[in-house]
Formats: sequence, structure tokens, C-alpha cells
Amino acid sequence: MSLSTAIRDRDVAELPSKRDEDWRWTDLRGLIRVLPPPSSPVEGDLDAGRFDELVQRRIVVANGRGEAVIDVPAGETAWVSLRFISASDGAHAASASIVVGAGATLHLFETYEGQGAYVAQTSLTFALGEGAAVERVVLANDSAGGVSVSQAEVRLAPRADFAQTVVTSGGRRQRIETRVAHPGGHASLRLDGVYLLAEKAHADLTTVVTHDGLDGSTEQLTKGVVRDQARGVFQGRIVVAEGADRTDAKMGHHALILSDKAEVDAKPELEIYADDVACAHGNTVGALDDDALFYARQRGMSEVEARALLTEAFIGEVIDRIDQDEAREVVRAWAAERLRG
Amino acid sequence: MLSVKDLHATVGGNEILKGLSLEVPAGQVHAIMGPNGAGKSTLSYVLTGRDGYEVTQGTATLDGEDLLALAPDERAARGVFLSFQYPLEIPGVPALTFIRTALNAQRRARGEDEVTAPAFLKLAREKAAGLKIDFDMLKRALNVGFSGGEKKRMEILQMAMLSPRFLILDETDSGLDIDALRIVADGVNALRSPERGMLVITHYQRLLDYITPDAVHVLAGGRIVASGGPELAHQLEAEGYERYEKAAA
Repeated sequence: MSLSTAIRDRDVAELPSKRDEDWRWTDLRGLIRVLPPPSSPVEGDLDAGRFDELVQRRIVVANGRGEAVIDVPAGETAWVSLRFISASDGAHAASASIVVGAGATLHLFETYEGQGAYVAQTSLTFALGEGAAVERVVLANDSAGGVSVSQAEVRLAPRADFAQTVVTSGGRRQRIETRVAHPGGHASLRLDGVYLLAEKAHADLTTVVTHDGLDGSTEQLTKGVVRDQARGVFQGRIVVAEGADRTDAKMGHHALILSDKAEVDAKPELEIYADDVACAHGNTVGALDDDALFYARQRGMSEVEARALLTEAFIGEVIDRIDQDEAREVVRAWAAERLRG
Repeated sequence: MLSVKDLHATVGGNEILKGLSLEVPAGQVHAIMGPNGAGKSTLSYVLTGRDGYEVTQGTATLDGEDLLALAPDERAARGVFLSFQYPLEIPGVPALTFIRTALNAQRRARGEDEVTAPAFLKLAREKAAGLKIDFDMLKRALNVGFSGGEKKRMEILQMAMLSPRFLILDETDSGLDIDALRIVADGVNALRSPERGMLVITHYQRLLDYITPDAVHVLAGGRIVASGGPELAHQLEAEGYERYEKAAA
């Protein structure tokens, strides 16, 4: 069962539902009664993308149309923006294939942009060669009426370095999923996330990392801020297979709930079948610290300003981990807009 | 300047302040001394408007304006500053960012222009040097990982930069060694002026050796039970609070 099959066959029975353990907090079957007809092609010019100025190559996939193939030859460096645009009501699926050769570097700035009431599915595959490096920054700006699922499969090679930061404001229902096959071999993985949700937005950040060899590292930090009636979902699973000794894995998920009706569901899981590993995880869900708020207000900040400063600082810890300076500032500005809304 | 009349306040339904009256004229430093649980911190929080501190009776005005009707940030913009007994750690917010945000918020509230970045940095360098604070420390998250003494110096730095009209120092001496105490006291004394009033809340007389008060009040059982000159602090240090606690009970 998958959203892409459901879209292709216009068959709601194919939609993932809450009966699937993995989708229980992001039920599509219960949400979508009828799949909309296929989206029509997008006419006319598009606005500039947020990362356009940082890259050499710009790829646009609009309403599921457009070819997204990125192939960085061994030893080379590429700067690419990849925009998945849902421009109107309707259903569409898209895919992207990303291959990064041995010792090559890819800076990938990926956005999801939406208008209207669409149902969209995106599949991406990443294959990294030995010693390849990828920084993937995902900024998901779906519409409040959009249903969007993005699923990435990442295959690392020894000594590869994959660093990802997903920042999202959610959608009517939205899931951004990353599955990583980690071979160990001194490959390193960073999987970070930020969700900033208001009104009725829903965002689901799901990651699955499978460590299959010696000497792999994974570091994961996700933070969320939810208000109004929004719902944030974090599912993080790290599997350390038998024999994948000397794996070093850290997972953190921390959320701020700023209203009584907002909700956060978190499922951090470490499954460890190897003996010699260093794994840690932390998970907290709470409100802004009243003492810190009073302290800031005593110094003169209004309640709104104090809350914005403290929430920006809260998620700033994740945004600060984005390596590329300009991309980090684009993301920071986008997040600040949402928090100060 | 500060005028408090018959102030009653409750915390969690318990009455802590039970008819406290106090006058601090502009240009004067008044010390409030008292045993633990007398209501010293409650007084500082009531004057600054912390949630959970409910005033049930009485008034508190600054230059005739009703403080109790104002939000905490409005009181700050009118010049009320509280140096916290336990300054908060603010992860992710560099000290400079925090202070500049506060200063500009106060200036906007007063209808003044925001301070420019160069002017702000110049002021920060100057005040930090005076308090022997390494400027690089101001680039770090406010109070995170700072020692007790560093946190108190950071409070005085904020005070110096925000230039308040009425200062409340809540147990500023706690956790300070003698060198830090002297630096902090010098910082406070530098702010003494004919336009400013100060309320120095302390359990021990030690701080008052460095910040000489114009008047000393004894707070016990939620009321001022005795007032006098600086000599009263020495008397309390020698005799303890027992006699006042009995009188209050």
C-alpha cells in the first residue's frame, strides 16, 4: 500500500491507514474519501525559488512533471536546487534520482511549495559513493489544504557523509520520510528536523536508519513548535544490526507545545543487536519556561516578543547545524517569519 | 519615587505580604533585611508583576503611577529593574542579542528610536570592561554555564545598559566571593544618582558594607517592623532576627 499506487490507480483502498503501525499518526485512508483527478500541467512562469541564488543548477518539478536526475561525477562538486511544486488542486506523483560519485560533493536545496488542495507524493533515491558528501536542506512549505508525502531512500557507502535538515510548516497532512541504509565504514549521517506548526497543520517526520557494518555514526536532532490545533509527529528508528559494532548513534527529539489543543506524538526507537555500541536518545515535550518568559519580560520584552525570542532560540540549535552559511540564513529567516507570524 | 502602601499579596492562596508600607525617595538607597520566609522575594516579584503573585490590597506607585496595573514589560519600560536572586539561563540566545532586544523593546515602548548596532556594541564594550566581564562572554548564550558570580555580574551589566530609574537587587550578594562582591557593588554604586532609587534586598549585612544604604528596613512576617539608618544593619548582624520574628508572629 502506498500513496503513489493510490494516486496512479485512483484507488483509496491503496492509501496507508492508521491500521498500518508505521502510519497510525498520519492516517491518509481516513482523510481522503475520493482521490482527486490528476493535476493539470502548470502553465506560465514560476516565481523565483528561495535558494536560486545559491546554486548552479535549478530543477523544477511542477504538478509531478519534470525530470529530476542529478548525477555528480566522482570528485566533482555540485550546487543544485530542487523544487517540487504543487500548483493547483489535483493528484500527482514525482520522483528524483540522485547519484553522487566517489569523493564528490553535492549541496542540495530542496523545497516543497504548494497552493490549493492537492494530493502529492514524491519519491527520491540517493546513492552515495565512497567518501561522497551530501548536504540536503529541505524546506517544506506546503499549503494548508495540501496532502503531501515525500519519501527518500538513501544508500551510503563507506566514508560517505550525508547531512540532512528538514524544516517544515506542515500541511493538511504531510509526511517527510527518510530511510537510510548505513554501511558503517566510518560513514557519517546527520538527520535533523524542525517543525513549526500552527492552525490545523500536520507534519510527520519519520526516519529509519539501519546500521549494517562496523564504525558508523548517526546523529539526529529534531525540534518542533506546535500551536493552535496543530499536530506534530516524530518517528525515529535506528536499527543497529548484529555485528555493526562500534556504532555511535544519538537521537534527540524535543517539542514545545504552545496551546492546549496542539498535539505531539513521538516514537523514538533504538533497536540494537550489536554488543559494542554507543547509543543515546532523549525525548522531551513541554511548554515554554515561565521563569524564562518572566525574566525576558522584566527586561522589557513584550510577551509576544519574549515568546518569539525563546522559541527561535529553541529551534535555533537545529538550524545552527546547517553547514552552508547562506542556506542556514535562508532557513533561519523562513522560520522566524513563521514564528513571528 | 517608590511608594508602597498597605500592600497585601498572596502566593498560591497564602498571604505573604500583610500590610507592607515603604517609601523610597529618588536619590536614595534603601535596604530591606529580613529572615528567610519574611516575604523579601515576594516583594520584588510583586513590584515587577510576576504571575502567581496576587495583590489583594494596597498600592504600589512609581512617581505617582500605579505599578500594579502595568504588565511586567511596561514596568520595565518605565524604569523598574529587578536583579534576580537566581538569574535565568537562556539557551540559544547570546547575551548581546538578549540585552539589545530588551533595550530596543524598552525604547520602542517609550517612543524612542532603537539604538544602532555600533552604538550598542560600544556601550556593551564599555560597560563590560567596567565590570571586568570578558567581551567574548557576551557572545555566548546568556548565563548558560556561567558561574554564580558571572551571572550576578551579568545582571549588573544588564542594569548598567538598560539604565533603569528604579533598581531592585534581590539577594545580589548570594553566591559571590569577596572580589566579585566588590565588583558588583562598584557597578551598583556607579548607578547611584539623584534621579534613581534603589531597593537592596539582603539577608546579610555584608553587601551593605559596600553599598551604603540611606535607610534600613526590617521585613518580618510580611510587614516592615523596624526602620533605621545603616547602623540597624550592624545591629541585626550582631543580634539576629529573632526578636523581630517574635514581634511579627
